[in-house]
Amino acid sequence: MDIAVNTSGSRYHVDKNGYYGRFGGAYIPEMLYPNVEELRQNYMQILSDTGFQQQFAHLLSDYVGRPSPLYLAQRLSEKYQANIYLKREDLNHTGAHKINNTIGQILLAQRLGKKRIIAETGAGQHGVATATVCALMGMECVVYMGSVDIERQAPNVARMKMLGATVMPATSGSRTLKDATNEAIRDWINNPVDTHYIIGSVVGPHPYPDMVARFQSVISEEIMRQLLEKTGRAYPDYVMACVGGGSNAAGAFFHFLDHEKVQLIPVEAAGKGVNSGFSAATSQLGRPGVIHASKTLLMQTEDGQIVEPHSISAGLDYPGVGPLHAHLFETGRARFLHATDDEALAAAFELTRLEGIIPALESSHALARLGDLALQPDDVVVVCLSGRGDKDMATYIRHLEQFTKS
Amino acid sequence: MNRIDQLFASKQERILNIYCTAGFPGPDDTLPVMTALQAHGADMIELGMPFSDPLADGPVIQDSSTRALQNGMSLKKLFGQLEGFRDRIHLPVILMGYLNPILQFGVEAFLEKCAAVGVDGLILPDLPMAEYEQEYKPLFEKYGLHLILLVTPETSDERVRQIDALSRGFVYAVSSSSTTGKDKDMSAQQAYFERLKGLQLKNPVLIGFGIRDKRTFDTACAYSNGAIIGTAFIRAMEHSKDIDATVQQFIQTIR
Repeated sequence: MDIAVNTSGSRYHVDKNGYYGRFGGAYIPEMLYPNVEELRQNYMQILSDTGFQQQFAHLLSDYVGRPSPLYLAQRLSEKYQANIYLKREDLNHTGAHKINNTIGQILLAQRLGKKRIIAETGAGQHGVATATVCALMGMECVVYMGSVDIERQAPNVARMKMLGATVMPATSGSRTLKDATNEAIRDWINNPVDTHYIIGSVVGPHPYPDMVARFQSVISEEIMRQLLEKTGRAYPDYVMACVGGGSNAAGAFFHFLDHEKVQLIPVEAAGKGVNSGFSAATSQLGRPGVIHASKTLLMQTEDGQIVEPHSISAGLDYPGVGPLHAHLFETGRARFLHATDDEALAAAFELTRLEGIIPALESSHALARLGDLALQPDDVVVVCLSGRGDKDMATYIRHLEQFTKS
Repeated sequence: MNRIDQLFASKQERILNIYCTAGFPGPDDTLPVMTALQAHGADMIELGMPFSDPLADGPVIQDSSTRALQNGMSLKKLFGQLEGFRDRIHLPVILMGYLNPILQFGVEAFLEKCAAVGVDGLILPDLPMAEYEQEYKPLFEKYGLHLILLVTPETSDERVRQIDALSRGFVYAVSSSSTTGKDKDMSAQQAYFERLKGLQLKNPVLIGFGIRDKRTFDTACAYSNGAIIGTAFIRAMEHSKDIDATVQQFIQTIR
């Protein structure tokens, strides 16, 4: 297990103060200090523990179904004239990469002696992944979800309830993901001793961005091993992944960050167009600021009020981006692209028809930019297929005619 | 001398600090509310700068922020409203808010503006102590502004002492582990209050969070120099038809 790999000296990993370049940190009110400090002091020690690593590895293999396949998509490769591999996170238990992190965090919460788990969720994928591990471990689970999202994502709300979680509507502000995150943070302030907050992405105060990236780093660890077996080389030319907060991208990039020959391509959600006023392309529209206790790029008004983003995919509908990604953007280490709602839909239908895989709308944003890379026939491209499209069927059905006429 | 220090130099007991959100309930109510607070016996005013995502506040104060933002409030507008307010108001005024709008305004430009209009101190819950000390302390001192830091029941004695050493004006003791406006039995916090009192801090201490009526105010005052009331006051103001009368009535129930 490489989740506790020593990253000191890296230009791109977190530094000892919890920063990625000038981004990151822990801009927390004093009420959260003991909780966050407890995590900061203990997380690396727990992640380094052999017993912890064994338990994590065991659950990832026997419960989640890892390693997830690295699949050479033949017909997609033919179309784009390169060797395109899909990292099949969609085949994980609960249908996305989110479970890698919730397994890691619930084991950590147990070691810290916590009795109660809270989480925020937008589309419900992280909420379901959290409710799942809480059921598995017999722990109390409260998931905060914007009241607007509760209405939009009824099937996932039902799944969480069936798994035994309490779904608490966030009714403040814009009543979506960012407000659910605020409510979860408030719950944590009110319950500082017995509760662990499982953040779902590489966002929030240090050490969350690093901790979540480490739990997700199993993605790039497997990519290296699988690619070596299949091609004789561990390092691809390109790794592509969608970015909202950025957890699947952080996991897919993690072990490649310091190998500058591997081109990292995060793809953000441009919504109805980057400059349409309905977008979630934070690297394009954001400015440095503080959101959810982390200094990073975020979409905001001139007065510093946080703006509500838009994307067809609820999982990318976040006005900030993890501080690691802000740093990758600022240093130019990663080349940020973006895809509109319509481009993501088209890519979803393309993958479905070429490969028989219905991807999540989030992952489809990454697929939508394959044509932009000026690929050479020998190039090896890995696209992180972060989730499956079951949850998006209502959206796909609405666009069925538009994309299947030929 | 900073007005906060002046106040504590002349009065050490039963200090009443009332929180109100700028631009609430109406866009132009900032000054009328402050004027009424002074007229009816508040000792200090904590003025909230509305923010879209106020992590440390409870739902009542967040809703007042949302309403203020809908009313068109911004930092620029607030400084416009505060222009010349010292002709009328002599109470110490503390601005409370979150870091992001200040970062966008520019930290030094913001502090300069605060000093120019006559603000005395700041409460910025998401500015960590270490960041303040390393990056911003000299700027606060340059403009004569006090940064008031928070302690909670979970704060260790050692950290309380660090906070006391860095805080200026007073130390804000959060009554319980909670966001603002939570009702928790204050008697359960008495051990914590005793502990703080026993530490003999260099700064005066005001207790906030959960102070909502005469009984809770009196309890807080038994252990500290006074208390801060926010949520209960915002609730009273929400549907106010007559700001001056509402403020007068509210303060009468506390004093």
